[in-house]
Amino acid sequence: MSETPLTQASAHLRHGANIGQSLTRHEGALKVTGQARYAADHHPAGMLHAVLAVSSIARGRVIALDVAAAKAHPGVVDVMTPAHKPPLAQDPDEKTHPFMFRLDVLQNDRVRYPNQPIAVVIAETLEAATEGAVLLAPRYETEPARTDFPAGAHFTPALVGVADPAEAHHGDVEAGLAGAARRLEAIYETPAQYHNPMEPHGIVAAWEGDTLFIDTPSQGLAMAQARIAGLFGIPPAAVHIRSPYIGGGFGSKGVFSGPQVLGIMAARLVGRPVKLVLRRGQMFGPVGHRAPTRQSFRLGADNAGALTAIGHHTVTASSQHDDFFEPAGGVSHTLYASPAIATTYEAVRLDTGTPLFMRAPGKAAGSIALESAIDEMAHACAMDPLAFRLKNYAEVEPMSGKPFSSKALRACYAQGAERFGWAKRPLAPRQMRDAAGMLVGWGMGTATFPALMFQAQARAVLRADGTGVVETGAQDMGQGAWTALGQIAADSLALDPDRVEFRAGSSDLPDAGIAGGSAHTATAGMAIHGAGADVIARLAELAMGDERSPLHGAGNAGVIARAGRLFRRDDESRSESYVAILARAGIPAIEGHGKSATDPAAQAAYAMHAHGAVFAEVTVDPDLGQLRVTRLVGAFAAGRIINPRMVQSQYYGGMVWGLSFALHEQAVIDPRSGRPMNANLGEYHVPVNADLPSIEAILVEEHDAHVNALGIKGVGEIGITGTAGAIANAVWHATGMRARRFPITLDKLIGPQDN
Amino acid sequence: MQPDRHAPPSSLSRARTRAFRLNGRAHAALVADHVLLLDYLREGLGLTGTKRGCDGGECGACTVLIDGRPRLACLTRAGECAGHQVETIEGLADGGRMSPLQRAFHERLGTQCGYCTPGMIMAAEGLLRRNPDPDEAAIRAALAGNICRCTGYVKIIEAVQSAAGSAR
Ligand code: FES
Ligand code: FES
Repeated sequence: MSETPLTQASAHLRHGANIGQSLTRHEGALKVTGQARYAADHHPAGMLHAVLAVSSIARGRVIALDVAAAKAHPGVVDVMTPAHKPPLAQDPDEKTHPFMFRLDVLQNDRVRYPNQPIAVVIAETLEAATEGAVLLAPRYETEPARTDFPAGAHFTPALVGVADPAEAHHGDVEAGLAGAARRLEAIYETPAQYHNPMEPHGIVAAWEGDTLFIDTPSQGLAMAQARIAGLFGIPPAAVHIRSPYIGGGFGSKGVFSGPQVLGIMAARLVGRPVKLVLRRGQMFGPVGHRAPTRQSFRLGADNAGALTAIGHHTVTASSQHDDFFEPAGGVSHTLYASPAIATTYEAVRLDTGTPLFMRAPGKAAGSIALESAIDEMAHACAMDPLAFRLKNYAEVEPMSGKPFSSKALRACYAQGAERFGWAKRPLAPRQMRDAAGMLVGWGMGTATFPALMFQAQARAVLRADGTGVVETGAQDMGQGAWTALGQIAADSLALDPDRVEFRAGSSDLPDAGIAGGSAHTATAGMAIHGAGADVIARLAELAMGDERSPLHGAGNAGVIARAGRLFRRDDESRSESYVAILARAGIPAIEGHGKSATDPAAQAAYAMHAHGAVFAEVTVDPDLGQLRVTRLVGAFAAGRIINPRMVQSQYYGGMVWGLSFALHEQAVIDPRSGRPMNANLGEYHVPVNADLPSIEAILVEEHDAHVNALGIKGVGEIGITGTAGAIANAVWHATGMRARRFPITLDKLIGPQDN
Repeated sequence: MQPDRHAPPSSLSRARTRAFRLNGRAHAALVADHVLLLDYLREGLGLTGTKRGCDGGECGACTVLIDGRPRLACLTRAGECAGHQVETIEGLADGGRMSPLQRAFHERLGTQCGYCTPGMIMAAEGLLRRNPDPDEAAIRAALAGNICRCTGYVKIIEAVQSAAGSAR
């Protein structure tokens, strides 16, 4: 098995490679014609519908459910409750690794958060199941909801994010502040946000004996498979998950959720296939969210505008029963040079569903706060925000002192500023108006996201007819895995994309790791690259060792693969087709394997991040506070780009998430009941077409010899970072009012100034 | 528990034979009064291209055309369609050939995860039938009720513009 080393000199891309080209979406035709089948589109014979009943309280016990009324309803087949459910082989509250979260799957009558599942009604029709769920009319013993953020009882979490320390120091922040010519103290607050992919979580589950077949969206097939196997006491190989199309995930489909488990339990209970789909309102509870934060900054700068200290203290929240702490401090470790940096955390526990990673976890919330603080400090130093950022440009990663594996941020600043016309920006706020008399403001932010790698495996097969098959259980949630990984697959075998069948989206295929952390293309891509290289190496061996081949004796000079042929490297007139090599050897196919993983040596030597710069223009009605983003320009550098148009789409999508973070998204919690008051898409605001500014995303060239042999960093999350802060800063520049509680809604621009 | 504002009336409601045109073909079936067009299409007929994205009227994922105008299938009872023309995403392609809008959404990357796409295309189709040459503001207004969480909308607008342009 070839294990592709990750710190080698940049992998050769095969001549004539399709990598770097904007192929259209592999599965695009199926999606635009309505033929792409998402989980809830399946309907196996004999299938029943299951509908969740969820708690309308935040904390307490369910003391009565009118199961008899629900069961008496025509069409209702069964009602699953804590008293009537199939057994599990493992306690769903047990945790054996950091990606395992406690699940509420009817093990007892406790209610730990609003919208927690408390029963499942299974019926012949969706209508009957829905009506049955209403007839359950639950009664509760209610305890007071603990919703007080950030005022609840504070403690210091052991770890934040997946495994980051809750306290990190570099240099002496107190000394840096004491010696500073200018100091800034400011507190920024970000609200709870819910992922809300357009496709609600759903599952179609069918048991055949002890073998389980499910259709469900998953960003991590192998992890989901292991979780299900553990809960139901069956081997992972007996769990077959199909997830070829995911209607958005953004992290919420990264771990297998309670409602999905309930779908499997329901199918077990009734002995028939079952479909269970969450209503939108039910997604505000059991499938994760981004926790609220309150971030206190203390910055110091000298007379020349150089930072002397960054103190970044985050208060965040987890659920009462499980741990996930939003790692908002991470951005301060990497972005601006400072001789002293400290990041610390405290947390409170609330009666909510457990928070989870949501697009740019930690980075999104940390970035809007840090970029705002940096902007405030630039103003205090009477410097242009871009000049201030360049003055504090980090040549090495400030926290660790490690060199960057690559960092084209200066080019991002320059190209973005040029395109935006930043040079014309007046330093003072409230200087610009448009023709309609609206206040106009310009702001900027720096974008950053780490270049991560997980573990993955892939298999490649070259067949006697010269076509290939490449397999890995990759997950496409719209980011373009089918297409970009298919391009890498074809390239790895040096075949045209239409000669290679790429298979993904099933747990029956080799583990492709999780589609998250902006690491999927790099992770799965490197495994595919290795699998293809393994096939080519075996093929070359076959040819070079055969006297009848024109490649015989190529020896050290070796061969290169191109368009279905091997060529002698030292004499390209000598070549042979794959088909001929296999035919003469009488072999029907050659199989190769590849895997990828983080390289600890490279990790130890280098800081690896993608970077970008985002510039925003807003207009604000001076009387009404009405606010619009009119222009966004982002310039991003993220190593090698596999498919430029698709990457541009990812940047656009990310930037609109940044806009949404700055101006729209927030879950509003009723302090009396603890319930989210806007658990729907009418009141949980996300941008729609009519909110959209003109957006440009510039792809800045960057070569990275260290992140992995393909030189790929991730692009899925970075667009939010930088953008949200740029918009907040533009609002200040338009109005002279600094909003520190996000999202910035118009009441914060016309009310008292301490917002 | 508060009464669920989305709860449909009792399923004891009557079923009647309804006749309407679906994607250009005559269609008649026994449909209970309270069944939503969205659920009837998806679960009753297996036409799963039309999606559900919300609990009613908030996202546009379920947009279909009724008598050529965009309508939300999650707020329409199947029975109300009697005597009318219903068109879904499955009916847009002509045999194996994508419609101009479908082709434009495909080629211009107007779709990412694809979940909002059928509703978005049907809303745009309704617009182009009323107004074959819309400006950008008209496109944005016509699609304002369709939420996309992935694309940032830029390429959706470009796709509609390009389809309108190719028809010109
Ligand atoms: S499902 Fe009809 S508008 Fe959302
Ligand atoms: S493409 Fe995913 S919601 Fe629009």
